[in-house]
Amino acid sequence: MNTTVLDIDRPRRPGALAVYLGEAAAEFLKVWRTPAFALPTLLLPAGFYLLFALVLPGEWKGFDRATYLLATYGVFGIMGPALFGFGVGVAQERENGWLDLKRVAPMPVAAYFFGKIAMSMLFALVVVLLLSALALAGGVRIPPLQWLGLGALLVVAPLPFCALGLMIGSSARAPAAVAIVNLVYLPLSLLSGLWMPIQVFPQWLQAFAEWLPPRPLAVMALDVVGAGEADWLAGTLKLVGWTALFLGVAVWLHRRGGAAQD
Amino acid sequence: MNVPVIAQLHAAGKRYGTVTALSQVDLAVHRGEVLALLGPNGAGKTTAIALLCGLRHADSGRSELFGMDPRERTARSRLGVMLQSTDLPDALTVAEQVRQFSGYYPRPRALDETLGLCGLTAQADRRYGQLSGGQKRRVQFALAVCGRPDLLIVDEPTTGLDVEARTAFWRVLRQLVDEGVGMLLTTHYLEEADALADRVVLLNGGRVIAEGTPDTIKQRAGCALVRCRTLLSAELLQTWPDVQRVRGVGRRLELATTAPERLVGALLAADAALTDLEVQRNSLDDAMLQLTREAA
Repeated sequence: MNTTVLDIDRPRRPGALAVYLGEAAAEFLKVWRTPAFALPTLLLPAGFYLLFALVLPGEWKGFDRATYLLATYGVFGIMGPALFGFGVGVAQERENGWLDLKRVAPMPVAAYFFGKIAMSMLFALVVVLLLSALALAGGVRIPPLQWLGLGALLVVAPLPFCALGLMIGSSARAPAAVAIVNLVYLPLSLLSGLWMPIQVFPQWLQAFAEWLPPRPLAVMALDVVGAGEADWLAGTLKLVGWTALFLGVAVWLHRRGGAAQD
Repeated sequence: MNVPVIAQLHAAGKRYGTVTALSQVDLAVHRGEVLALLGPNGAGKTTAIALLCGLRHADSGRSELFGMDPRERTARSRLGVMLQSTDLPDALTVAEQVRQFSGYYPRPRALDETLGLCGLTAQADRRYGQLSGGQKRRVQFALAVCGRPDLLIVDEPTTGLDVEARTAFWRVLRQLVDEGVGMLLTTHYLEEADALADRVVLLNGGRVIAEGTPDTIKQRAGCALVRCRTLLSAELLQTWPDVQRVRGVGRRLELATTAPERLVGALLAADAALTDLEVQRNSLDDAMLQLTREAA
């Protein structure tokens, strides 16, 4: 009666690649088909760029406005899907039991996160293409190699914000997560100089901005398009540091919440 | 009984903060067997399931799935689970969700087979968010069975379903059992355990308080209560074979029985002046109370 079955035919694992790609596809479709999410994350950066870089008149001393804003609105645009996808997505799926069902399924947990990261990157690509098309139409001319470089940078750039989103999604309930993401997203973008050159800020605010997560990315993106110079090592270190911090807090919250949740 | 055990809890205990959810629980599901885990809210049913499918880890004792730690993915590749309150992504279609989950398993059913089994063929291309409550529940069930599991764990599968949907669901469960699937099911309803289970484990306050076939459990608890005002004495009634237990003061008596129809006939025959007759199906709560009292 208490013999334990030691197994007749040990099943083989299904293809890991297919599982990972399947998660990514499902995650992308999920977000793509939710207009309340997809539309603002795509149209906000595109609309702002159109308005402030191309339509409204005005000259900036020292650099080309449309080129400068292509880089910084690019950073602004790639933050949204990562923050909302992880922040709101994880909070929701933790709450409605979807995450539990995933954990019970014979699926590698990593595939769950991979799916969301892939979605954020895919959306980042869409944002870059959208902004680039607007920039081209608006007369911006950058050497193709630099343009590719900007694209490559912006497609990996969501990573720290995925971690920040995960931290928010692990700490708050879904409705609160929406509010927190907005409270983080917009001020962080403004203060990091994503909407206007940081030089218009007072000196102390500029110094403060250097320590915000989007700032090193903005500086790097500006460097790529030839509108500034970045210290790539310091910037990368700051981003890695932020990512590690966010992930650390998320893991801690998860460990603590695992016991208290029910 | 030489049927192998496919899932078990061994002296398992689990606490959440100061609340003891499970204490010293032994539980075994054998291959091809339907085990019903019965108990009121807060009895520890959901915690027991969480331990068996690797969602939580026991503080004491251990939990085994196919001879392995349930947190090992290989163990779970033969397990299908329908959790109690889960919502799937609204924006994905039924077929998309089932296909995605099928991909986690080594030998999944074909998509059409899963959809047919769960009565979802017509809804294949509809998004989850557009489905009715009953249909949503069926999609969650489809995700549990799409991998052709050897063990199916379903946590209160029919809560909130109407009678018709419930019987339809029982039919599918029985079909799977006929195919040799082992099943662990939790329920509030004695009736459900009766209809499906080979064996019942009664949980209360995180402990196993009774275990046996549905019939044994019902008999131990008495399946109905007959109340009346009668001249017959409690001592006499105690000796009747259909009476399991007599309670009451003076002429107002309460009889527990497994055969209420026969008992009522006999009562009326023996006491023509009997009044205030009342028959009440014993609810699970009554059975629980009764068995808890016995256990204490």
